[in-house]
Amino acid sequence: MNTIPGRRVIMAVFLVFLLLPIYWLVNMSFKTNNEIVTTMTLWPHQPTIANYMRIFTDESWYSGYINSLKYVILNTVISILVALPAAYAFSRYRFLGDKHLFFWLLSNRMAPAAVYALPFFNLYSAIGLFDTPWAVALAHCIFNIPLAVWILEGFVSSVPREIDETAFLDGYSFPRFFVKILVPLIASGIGVAAFFCFMFSWVELLLARTLTSVDAKPISAVMTRTVSASGMDWGLLAAAGVLTIIPGALVIWFVRNYIARGFALGRV
Amino acid sequence: MDKTINNKAWFLVLPVFLLVAFSAILPLMTVVNYSMQDTFGNNQFFWNGVGWFKELLDPSTDLGGRFLASLGRNLIFSLAILAIEVPLGIVVALSMPRDGWTVAFCLVVLALPLLIPWNVVGTIWQIFGRPDIGLLGYTLTSMGIDYNYVSNDLDAWATVIVMDVWHWTSLVALLCYAGLKSIPDAYYQAAQIDGASRWAVFTAIQLPKMHRVLLIAVLLRFMDSFMIYTEPFVVTGGGPGNSTTFISIELVKIALGQFDLGKAAALSLVYNLIILIVCWVFYTIMTNAGAERRPAEGGA
Repeated sequence: MNTIPGRRVIMAVFLVFLLLPIYWLVNMSFKTNNEIVTTMTLWPHQPTIANYMRIFTDESWYSGYINSLKYVILNTVISILVALPAAYAFSRYRFLGDKHLFFWLLSNRMAPAAVYALPFFNLYSAIGLFDTPWAVALAHCIFNIPLAVWILEGFVSSVPREIDETAFLDGYSFPRFFVKILVPLIASGIGVAAFFCFMFSWVELLLARTLTSVDAKPISAVMTRTVSASGMDWGLLAAAGVLTIIPGALVIWFVRNYIARGFALGRV
Repeated sequence: MDKTINNKAWFLVLPVFLLVAFSAILPLMTVVNYSMQDTFGNNQFFWNGVGWFKELLDPSTDLGGRFLASLGRNLIFSLAILAIEVPLGIVVALSMPRDGWTVAFCLVVLALPLLIPWNVVGTIWQIFGRPDIGLLGYTLTSMGIDYNYVSNDLDAWATVIVMDVWHWTSLVALLCYAGLKSIPDAYYQAAQIDGASRWAVFTAIQLPKMHRVLLIAVLLRFMDSFMIYTEPFVVTGGGPGNSTTFISIELVKIALGQFDLGKAAALSLVYNLIILIVCWVFYTIMTNAGAERRPAEGGA
């Protein structure tokens, strides 16, 4: 009753549409450049892992992945740590300017990164953080903290407030209540929020590239530069692309049941 | 409602406020400062008042012409992808399998494009659409269709739109799916007893229940497509000519390409203001929808 006629066909066609371009990238990553340019083959006829080997052995390549992971993890930890108490406050209390503050946070989630690229460059150069993972991690806070607050607020609100009251009657102090009772109760929510912070920080390129030059260069910047330097090394480009998909694909499996709720900012 | 009034809650919000203010208000002040000045390099700045803003809103000047043209292109783009992604997302959500392992499989595949770095999304489609090495480009060309996104405006637009549909329809579908899942079975049983048609079930039960998530979906998709930068930049670089130059691309060109800080800053502010207004409208609609829902739930 709650589905539509022909749903299997629609779903199958849509999934193929989603997977085909990704398959093509994977396919190319296992080919030699010669095979890519000269023939049109649906699967690699002379499969090679040379493209991947080059990435794993060349430091300028694999350090890009490490740099990216550094700022993504830093950003996720910062975002969750500061967003937790704020989410609790928004969920439980009414205070001066709460609604305006919430809207202001939301508006920052929507602010175009292009607007901030240049001022961020000035700001982080001035305080000496330019070209460090910290610069990118702090810059990404502008959209990840609001998102984390939103998602966590939804999860905190689903915990009945009687639990807070009982804990305080039992003599729990606020920090102890927070760590011992609230955090375990919304553990899945924290997981979802962390996943989303990870994801949005991982996929963002403009700020990450503007705020780094040499030491903290993220993988996305490595990809654009090295490729144009030596003509067009399609196989290498494809292999690097495939490797950026893997971290996302791994974490997605663990949160598959919460994905939709997270995208709805905990508000379904 | 039943929230306690407690201004000490500000202490809990303070870290968030400080961190976001550091990243949002300080840079915004820099932008406001720049927007009033002109520079001829060498870090020498001259007062220009509201000159840039006047120029920006006047289509006869170079800056105004570029701004309004890219704004128009961006609006067309946003409306086009909304018109495709929202209905398609609903259809896909309705097509989700009911249970079993296929649900998990579909969810994971749907979410996959969302987790690919945006420049890689661009790279994937750049390769996929090339007539010499890409499956899509090759197939279209061998079918006799003259497809080339590098030189033909229409092909470039089609590629950018299909890429966005590929990238983000899943988001709409996942949101709608979450909305559909929250409908109790009793509603469907009641509809069956009443002999409601498939279409009636959709318009009377499913659509109203998806109302809130659809709002979020439209808000997120509108905002994100309005700020789109990386994907079209990688695929078309804003070309051919300026035909796929959206506002963000234009802004980065002026700011980091020409280092015309005054113009870029004025453009940023107007851009931000448009986003803020749209955001506020959606936020008001969303909170009102939430306020209407709460008492109804309490009574049930």
